[in-house]
Amino acid sequence: MPALQRVRAEMSNFLDSQAQQLTQHANPQLQTWRENALAQAMRVGFPHNKLERWKYAPLRALASKSYAAENSASEAIDANQLPPTPRIVFVNGRLNAVHTDTSALQGVQVRSLADILQSNDERSYSFLGRKFPDLDAPFASLNTALAEHGVLIAVAEHNTVETALHIVFISNNQTPSGQYLRHLIECREYSQFQIIEHHYSLGENIGMGNQLMHIHLKPHAQLTHVRIQRCAHQAIQFSRNDVILAGHTSYKRLDIETGAHFSRHELNIDLQGEHAQASAGGVLWGTGNSTLDTRLVVRHQAPNTECQLVWRGLADDKARVNFYGGITIEKGADGANAALSNKNLLLSKQAQINTQPALEIYADEVKAAHGATVGQLDSAALFYLRSRGVPKEQAEKLLSQAFYAEALESIRDDSLVLQLLPYLPQILQREQEDFV
Amino acid sequence: MLEIKNLHANVFGKEILKGFNLTLEAGKVHAIMGPNGAGKSTLGYVLSGREGYEISSGQVLFNGQDIAELTPEQRAALGIFLAFQYPVEIPGVNNTYFLRAALNAQRKARGEPEMDSMAFLKLVRQKLSVLHLKDELLHRAVNTGFSGGEKKRNEIFQLALLEPKLAILDETDSGLDIDALKAVAAGVNHMRSPERAFLIITHYQRLLDYIKPDVVHVMSEGRIVASGGPELALQLEREGYASIAESAR
Repeated sequence: MPALQRVRAEMSNFLDSQAQQLTQHANPQLQTWRENALAQAMRVGFPHNKLERWKYAPLRALASKSYAAENSASEAIDANQLPPTPRIVFVNGRLNAVHTDTSALQGVQVRSLADILQSNDERSYSFLGRKFPDLDAPFASLNTALAEHGVLIAVAEHNTVETALHIVFISNNQTPSGQYLRHLIECREYSQFQIIEHHYSLGENIGMGNQLMHIHLKPHAQLTHVRIQRCAHQAIQFSRNDVILAGHTSYKRLDIETGAHFSRHELNIDLQGEHAQASAGGVLWGTGNSTLDTRLVVRHQAPNTECQLVWRGLADDKARVNFYGGITIEKGADGANAALSNKNLLLSKQAQINTQPALEIYADEVKAAHGATVGQLDSAALFYLRSRGVPKEQAEKLLSQAFYAEALESIRDDSLVLQLLPYLPQILQREQEDFV
Repeated sequence: MLEIKNLHANVFGKEILKGFNLTLEAGKVHAIMGPNGAGKSTLGYVLSGREGYEISSGQVLFNGQDIAELTPEQRAALGIFLAFQYPVEIPGVNNTYFLRAALNAQRKARGEPEMDSMAFLKLVRQKLSVLHLKDELLHRAVNTGFSGGEKKRNEIFQLALLEPKLAILDETDSGLDIDALKAVAAGVNHMRSPERAFLIITHYQRLLDYIKPDVVHVMSEGRIVASGGPELALQLEREGYASIAESAR
């Protein structure tokens, strides 16, 4: 018990510092949700490594830290460095009106969460009332308690939007402060939409980000969703995506992470309607002292649903890459087709990779395949490249890039991949494109 | 060009080359023949600097320079090329990109200007037409999904493109049908020049019908046991390795 008590005592630093930030809100319903959520977070406490889902996260150091409310001044942003419009820009957790421009989007409603909370439009923020199980707390609950900013996007029925919407999150916290953001993306019946999220820092960033995004696809809707996380190596990032797919929907997703000191990503996908399809790929490339920690939870809840998960992890230096891929095929989800592939490369002796695929099947007549590997660069291939004159470092980079290329195919859209190239983290910059 | 003096080499601790001697001059083609396990492929790897292939004693001089401590890429830049017995499949690495990276890395190491993609593609087209190769090989990943013959042709194509001073061909004839063999031999013959030397490692005399060697060596148990002209290859074909190795004792 003493060990556990000590852990708890340390932990309260983080939670206490967050509890102080609860603000009063005029709407009693909203205020109740927030207070309840905060109470839940405090009751559950900061997670510790004895919990299976937090086993490899660097929690002790984080638990003792405190984060103030976000009040960093908004840095001057060079528009030339930003992705093209239509785009939504957040700087240090606040919507930046100067650089946000969504005028070119037809049939897409874009609203700021801050505005909606001011307007008392209860119906629009009812998604904040969602309760999370104790096991999910405290970070999701803290988000409910503290998020004041975010964006609500609704794509109209039968609307096909050709150009991708860029959502940019820039941080440069010089002091330890926390940013809580909450978003809702709704794609209505038969709509088609593309989102590219960019998360990066300007200079140093010792802040903590906590983002929660709800994504709802109505029947026959299609969404392609890319997230590129290349924050500075001091940053802490919690990112959670709760995706609900109705019948005949298609959700294609790609997560690329190379930054942050600690990045925890939880991707929960519920395949609720028949013939819902999810294809999610990821590249986790850890360097330095960073920990990239990804937890996928896919639930097949209807017949003939499909998921394909292709994740690649690379760990260099003293980095840790943690991956959990859980797929549940629930009772009645007959004809479900699930595939998970997680391959990992250890690029240094001090790096660490943890992978755990988990498959639970309660239905009949399903197809399910999963595999996870941890290995090193192929020495025969390395020698072959070097024997032709390619220097060792370049040969290793080429082979590493070849290793993760498969994951990029998850979004099955070469033109989108080409659009992404200028915004990829340095380490992923591929020189091969002019020949592809 | 290449001088190997009393070379002893280990592969992961086991001695494979046991006092190997060879002098190969520019413009010459030497063939090394021998049974399985004689150390032929080991010789190729030792010369090109593969990890795990350690020189324990003796010397390898390339144009007078001791290359024992050089990395594979440094040796490549000096002009040493190994055509692999089993070219490695590398999915996800585009063949053309790889070749340009290799050529430019070599040029850079030699202090020559790098080649831009236009000039490079022009060079590639020219080499392809000389070797009668289809350019579809270029758009695929390195050796990935290539047939045995395509892999070997790709090796010869790389040889033509990189223009090394010393080319070591490790059983380039193995697994080839007669048409592919002729094509590969024609490629090699096209590359013969007074400035370039070839070391052709092979099991069979067949390849030497198409690539005429100046000298044939017989290798057994890690060293050369007999040397002679092209007629030695024919004698081997008739009498087998055992008798020649025996008579050399």
